[in-house]
Amino acid sequence: MIDRATLEQRVSAQFPTVRIGDEAGDLCFTVERELLPALAGWLRDEPDLSFTFLNQLCGVDYLGREPRFEVVVHLTSFQNKMRVTLHIEVPEADPTIPTLALLFPTANFQERETYDMFGIIFTGHPGLERILMPEDWLGHPQRKDHPLGYEEVAFTHNEDWIYANKPFAKE
Amino acid sequence: MVMHAHAYPNIEIPTPSQIAAVALDNEPDENGEQSMILSMGPQHPSTHGVLRLAVELNGENVVQLAPDVGFLHTGIEKTIETKTYTKSIVLTDRMDYLAPMSNNMVYVAAIEKLMKQDVPERAQTLRVLLLEITRINSHLVWLGTHALDLAAMSVFFYAMREREYILDIFEMLTGARMMTSYFRVGGLAWDIPADFIPTVEDFLTHFLPKVDEYEDLLTNNLLWKQRTLGVGVVNAADAIALGLSGANLRASGVDWDLRKTMPYSGYETYQFDVPVGQNGDIYDRYRCRVQEMRESVKIARQAIERLKQMHGQPYITDNRKVAPPPKSEITYSMESLIHHFKLWTEGFRPPRGSAYMAIESPRGEIGCYVVSDGTPQPWRVHFRAPSFINLQALPHIAKGKLMADLVALIASIDPVLGEVDR
Repeated sequence: MIDRATLEQRVSAQFPTVRIGDEAGDLCFTVERELLPALAGWLRDEPDLSFTFLNQLCGVDYLGREPRFEVVVHLTSFQNKMRVTLHIEVPEADPTIPTLALLFPTANFQERETYDMFGIIFTGHPGLERILMPEDWLGHPQRKDHPLGYEEVAFTHNEDWIYANKPFAKE
Repeated sequence: MVMHAHAYPNIEIPTPSQIAAVALDNEPDENGEQSMILSMGPQHPSTHGVLRLAVELNGENVVQLAPDVGFLHTGIEKTIETKTYTKSIVLTDRMDYLAPMSNNMVYVAAIEKLMKQDVPERAQTLRVLLLEITRINSHLVWLGTHALDLAAMSVFFYAMREREYILDIFEMLTGARMMTSYFRVGGLAWDIPADFIPTVEDFLTHFLPKVDEYEDLLTNNLLWKQRTLGVGVVNAADAIALGLSGANLRASGVDWDLRKTMPYSGYETYQFDVPVGQNGDIYDRYRCRVQEMRESVKIARQAIERLKQMHGQPYITDNRKVAPPPKSEITYSMESLIHHFKLWTEGFRPPRGSAYMAIESPRGEIGCYVVSDGTPQPWRVHFRAPSFINLQALPHIAKGKLMADLVALIASIDPVLGEVDR
């Protein structure tokens, strides 16, 4: 069993550029995307760390912030009964990030979901396709600038415009 | 920096379109044999919901398959971003509709973790009791439908009979049989009715011998064993790599139960065992879950004993910034009226930040990742749905198995499609 302080030291010795933080009591590493497979693989393969279980992988859209997207990964070590968080910032101009699906097969579906919902491209993924939305869906629905899709209420001042734009209301 | 190689060459998770590509280029080999693409579902009784499997078959053997999901996608995670924290509790019920209490729990527990909000001891004990009854409820549906898929009709009727009792308890407690929405940030929605504890005690006494009845029907049943023993084996390393959790993981011999290893809601103070399998086949998953029902009864009884000593203690926190004051207080306290008004019109504001909370649901590790920007609406809520991730293991488990075993395999990993698609 290793404790939190030892893990912080080991990570900062091995990966000096990783920023170490705290997420509601869990240890949290902010890492450049190029380093992600190396860090995750190292955390998994070091015998005394063995963060072998990938809990979850998801995207977050911080619209208005630069870099806009963030991919969040949680890893658990059964041996140490410890969970760590990895935060990877992804800019909007180049929304790519190396895949974890080869190191952790469980990331396969979750990366597809993140691609589907946020349009983040996981390079090297064996089958990066939409998973929850229809194949021909336009856009990525969980981006903050994707409309929720409700119907606008018609008032006197805008009903002409609304009915003109509704394809089925023309008859 | 050394790049790590592909560590699991034996695990392949194809996509439906990769299976469809096989159909386009499907020429007979030199023996005249040709594979066949079969689309199983989305409307198929043994897919436990709206799940489509694109299966490549060679005779009766599964060459490869790809789960095609998303038919029930309702955008719950997107919808939550437009509502206040409290309003979204009803949405969480609708994911895993067989274990609504677990979903409520993980959602409110994640917010509590983010806000560092304490929960009164009585509320924690009631939560444990309800979570365990939910586990029994969910396992009963799993057991009934699993047996039904393998053509054992009676177990289904018996399991549904006991489940009805649980649904009556839920109705008595919350007014709803399935979509209970009973948990709140900081505690529970309202106090339990006076006859709740005796009814649950009645149920537990009635239920425990019934587990033996189910086991009489299945455990030593030759037909059941032939269909399940040694079928769909997952070894421990693959199970961890595939992210399996819950009974699916424990059946492969990994002793990992969040109630023991990362306890929440006071689980560390209860005496119970975690059943662990050895072979990782369907039979072991069955044995683990059936044993879990007995352990749940054990935990529920301990919770009831404690609740009897806690009569009159609060069921929700007295932090008025999170939980509304009782109605009676509003008539004489201006401050309470303001709190009431602010909570119901605006909602509470967790601090900026994020938190990940995971609990042991009947299906495995259900997790909730909440990001708050300091406003009454969450910036982002993501659910780690155990069914979604367990279902991903199906292509690996079913590879090379018979088509008939596929039906047993789907049932044994116990997916709820509402949770898969969210």
